[in-house]
Amino acid sequence: MDGLLLEYLPILIFIGIAVVVAGAAVAASYIAARQRPDSEKTSAYECGFDAFDDARSKFEVRFYLVAILFIIFDLEVAFLFPWAVSLGEVGMFGFWSMMVFLGVLTIGFIYEWKKGALEWE
Amino acid sequence: MIVQALVFYMFAAIAVAGGVMVISARNPVHSVLFLILVFFNAAGLFLLLGAEFLAMVLVVVYVGAVAVLFLFVVMMLDINYLKLREGFLQYLPTGALVGLVLLVELGLVLGSWVFAPEAPAQLAAPTPADLTNTEALGQIVYTQYVYLFQAAGLILLVAMVGTILLTLRARDGVRRQNISRQISRTREESVEIRKVPTRGGI
Repeated sequence: MDGLLLEYLPILIFIGIAVVVAGAAVAASYIAARQRPDSEKTSAYECGFDAFDDARSKFEVRFYLVAILFIIFDLEVAFLFPWAVSLGEVGMFGFWSMMVFLGVLTIGFIYEWKKGALEWE
Repeated sequence: MIVQALVFYMFAAIAVAGGVMVISARNPVHSVLFLILVFFNAAGLFLLLGAEFLAMVLVVVYVGAVAVLFLFVVMMLDINYLKLREGFLQYLPTGALVGLVLLVELGLVLGSWVFAPEAPAQLAAPTPADLTNTEALGQIVYTQYVYLFQAAGLILLVAMVGTILLTLRARDGVRRQNISRQISRTREESVEIRKVPTRGGI
């Protein structure tokens, strides 16, 4: 248990360094840089967009389709990792059980492709 | 050991603070971003428990995909949130009462909760001592629990087909590139050479 956590210690140290560096960058720009707020600095330049505005507007449901399809294949890949690690122990049955799983999802993939869900027009 | 405890309290405190921010942030997009923070800290807590695989899946699937989906849903709902919040204070006493009752109930349940002494012996798949988390999962998911695994695959298939049926629509008047038609054109059917008489035009 402790050996496992020791392996993750570098990640923890990196998180600490990242927090310190990011915090230092923000704090230094507050302390060292000149602050001259002006309402013109946040206004739209010439014909640009308003910098602070409601970003919420109705947009294409197609983005949602792409996100869902991404989640599905993401989960499929998540199942592949333990399989790859333990393939030596689970033998032929484990191998073919994963092949059936992949086959089912490949059917879905072919359906999706043929329906044109991957095309953007 | 002391480092482990400190890291646990750090992750737990950030997770709880993030959870509070999720429900109290004014902008729902900020709520989703705080939710991502909570996911990351929950992954850290899973790691401390030794559940490596679950921690990584939480980062890959929840942070990578589910949070994006939440963002889409939040952006797609074209709701004026200021109007929704108008009656907020009016419902505060009732909501606080319900929350208090739930808290007391949870306290009562968790305060007297212990493992039954025979519970560890009855585990369907006890954790092997000398294996990593991912290996232990891999040894049973694809063989011992093969039906559940295939059912998961079918559920993913249904989700895929359902999404496509619900959201895909063909739009009229869209010009698509047809590559085979494009490259099978010949010179004869696309170019014509004509003699143009002077001052005559075509």
